[in-house]
Amino acid sequence: MKKTFFTSGTPFIWLTGLATALGLLMIVGLLLLILVNGLGIFWPQSLQQFTLKDGSVVLGEIWEKETHDNYDTGREETRYRIKTANRDFYGLDFRWLKEEDISKTQLPATAWVLERQAWGQFFGFIIRLSNNGVALASDELNVAAQLPEWHEKMLAVADEIHQLEKGSIARISMQIENMRLERRKVILRQDTTTASGRAALRRVDAELASLERQYQELEKELMQRITDSRAITITLRTIDGQEKELPLIDVVRMWQPNRMSAPEKAGLYAARVWEFLSGEPREANMEGGVFPAIFGTVLMVILMSIAAVPIGVLTAVYLREYAKQGPVVRAVRIAVNNMAGVPSIVYGIFGLGFFVYTVGGTIDQLFYAEALPSPTYGTGGILWASLTLALLTLPVVVVATEEGLAAVPRSIRDGSLALGATKFETLWRIILPSTSPAILTGTILAIARAAGEVAPLMVTGVVKLAPSLPLDSTFPYLHLERKFMHLGFHIYDVGFQSPNVEAALPIVYATTLLLVLIILILNLTAILLRNRLYARFSVTKI
Amino acid sequence: MDITIATEMPPEQNLVDGKDSEKGEAIISIKGLDFYYGEKIALESITLDILKNKITAFIGPSGCGKSTLLRCINRLNDLIDIARVDGEITFEGRNIYDPAVDIIDLRRRIGMVFQKSNPFPKSIYENVAYGLRIAGVKDKATLDDVVEKSLRGAALWDEVKDRLNESALGLSGGQQQRLCIARAIAVEPHVILMDEPCSALDPIATARIEELMLELKKKYTIIIVTHSMQQAARVSDYTAFLWLGKVIEYDVTRKIFTTPAEKLTEDYITGRFG
Repeated sequence: MKKTFFTSGTPFIWLTGLATALGLLMIVGLLLLILVNGLGIFWPQSLQQFTLKDGSVVLGEIWEKETHDNYDTGREETRYRIKTANRDFYGLDFRWLKEEDISKTQLPATAWVLERQAWGQFFGFIIRLSNNGVALASDELNVAAQLPEWHEKMLAVADEIHQLEKGSIARISMQIENMRLERRKVILRQDTTTASGRAALRRVDAELASLERQYQELEKELMQRITDSRAITITLRTIDGQEKELPLIDVVRMWQPNRMSAPEKAGLYAARVWEFLSGEPREANMEGGVFPAIFGTVLMVILMSIAAVPIGVLTAVYLREYAKQGPVVRAVRIAVNNMAGVPSIVYGIFGLGFFVYTVGGTIDQLFYAEALPSPTYGTGGILWASLTLALLTLPVVVVATEEGLAAVPRSIRDGSLALGATKFETLWRIILPSTSPAILTGTILAIARAAGEVAPLMVTGVVKLAPSLPLDSTFPYLHLERKFMHLGFHIYDVGFQSPNVEAALPIVYATTLLLVLIILILNLTAILLRNRLYARFSVTKI
Repeated sequence: MDITIATEMPPEQNLVDGKDSEKGEAIISIKGLDFYYGEKIALESITLDILKNKITAFIGPSGCGKSTLLRCINRLNDLIDIARVDGEITFEGRNIYDPAVDIIDLRRRIGMVFQKSNPFPKSIYENVAYGLRIAGVKDKATLDDVVEKSLRGAALWDEVKDRLNESALGLSGGQQQRLCIARAIAVEPHVILMDEPCSALDPIATARIEELMLELKKKYTIIIVTHSMQQAARVSDYTAFLWLGKVIEYDVTRKIFTTPAEKLTEDYITGRFG
């Protein structure tokens, strides 16, 4: 009997294929959108000069072209979104130009793009270079010829100042802070009416005074250097003739896009990408790099794995290997599975209440009493955020490990026991190695979940701008109590909380791309490791 | 069909009291063994002696309790929560179900080879060395020595001597089974239990294992569970026929296969069963 079209199964095959294709299309689309927008922003675009019909001129980069019907006239019209930068002159970074208003478009060769420490980018011309008000070069050609050399010098000076701030001054201020705590400790623990107590206090006070003198000297030196460095200035002129003087040291990077060849542009592109990856954020995170956020994300994921994987594996081993299987274990298993479905903000609030306030508060009272009332561990920090996420990802590790344990065939266990191994030896030498690929699968899933979570971090220690990394060269090197930055939170913060969302959009795309890439890299590493372990320990081939 | 089950063996074939038998010395004596899975009885008043340096085969239809009986001998059934044992098994003069018996030590003296080859997911070398490592042997020279000796003993050395550090999972089925035998003899047991060791192997690999068994019996006592009547006839010295958890007949293999005392045994081995 001939089957009908429907019962033959062909439509069902099409349906399943369609569903897969739809999913793939959405993923590929999302990735392409992020890739194009995230990678494109660092490419130096040319600066166009638009002469409008009313005689005014506009200088800027074209960011978008849009065609739509005019409400009033009903005619189709085209408009461009132009990035004009110069927030300090115009108040806005972008403006729209109608195509019909533009009478002429040019590419002015001498136009500059400046990345500045404040006010975002500047598009325009540099007409003078001066030292303490005395002109070094006073026409555009001379300026362009001398500027690179001067700029390089200023960057070196800026670097020295930065070293001074982060090096000696940071060290001294930390010593002062420690000495203050020492003083509090003396007052708290010793009776200052006794001779020994008074002596201790005097010693600390003397030390403190000497440190403060050193600090003031360094600070004076720093101030002097900063003042000196601001003597070299450039005079900027916008396309519509407004002028402004700017210390050269405030310029981070400068280029003349209309004069650059493709390889020069590529070099600049690489430099800007590198700055994004390795630099610190500027201007409310809207410019500069995201290195602290990358560092915070990766370190947090690592700390989370260190906490979640061992506990998860031990739990799974108990549930699968030692616990007597019955209704209680079944209930525990269901509970563990359900924990994976609890909204992450709930974990965040639990982390805040339990880890931060209860555990952290107790640690502070026991070990950091001299610093109170300002908290040390009793406030959000990378340790508490990692532990909260470990709690969140624990079920994933438990479930994956349990499945791995269940997959080890009985015959292997019997083989080991029949050779006189105890249950523990069998577990340790045979079963756990065989389960390691499954454990890694659980870890991969946990990492993927943890790296993408933002909500629980917002209450347990992530900040918009952390003053220092949780890992540095001062003892004890790993500062678990410190607050940290995170790429996911960075996206939320820059994309939705920054004062100028439109101008920050590129950095949001770039950060998104980076977060996706980091999760990808972490996962790929774990997958490669797992595949190697599979090759060594797989028992499924037997 | 009316089945009569002999509970007592005729005196001239009595193997129960091994010490008095001229056929050899009993290494294992099973006396009145009952085995229960929960409420269900799986073995009922099993009584038989296993003679030293002989191959004893357990035959019988599926589910008759041969493997369960085998696993009682090294107490591998202890792992089943609902299992319960009555009666006693004496191994080298001691009841192995005595609470004072060290079960780890017992399993070291009674090795086992399983139906499905079950090499550990480790290298060939580590598979063989495993038993020694858990016994606490760390000396490399000793380990090397034992690994070589055991692999030679299992007739596998020439095939694997150049790839001892490769995964055991890369070996063929027959090689894996011989590796499992090498692993078992590495700890120098007195008895080797074999639970259908050839059921997953082709005839050539089976022949090699059987040859090996005949070689091994010079040093070890072997108990084999098999579904293949031909195999039992080829390799074993004694054969026990089990049916529904009871030993129907236990005697010299040649006698079982030529002139069985029981009608049931004859029906089974001639394939007229049921």
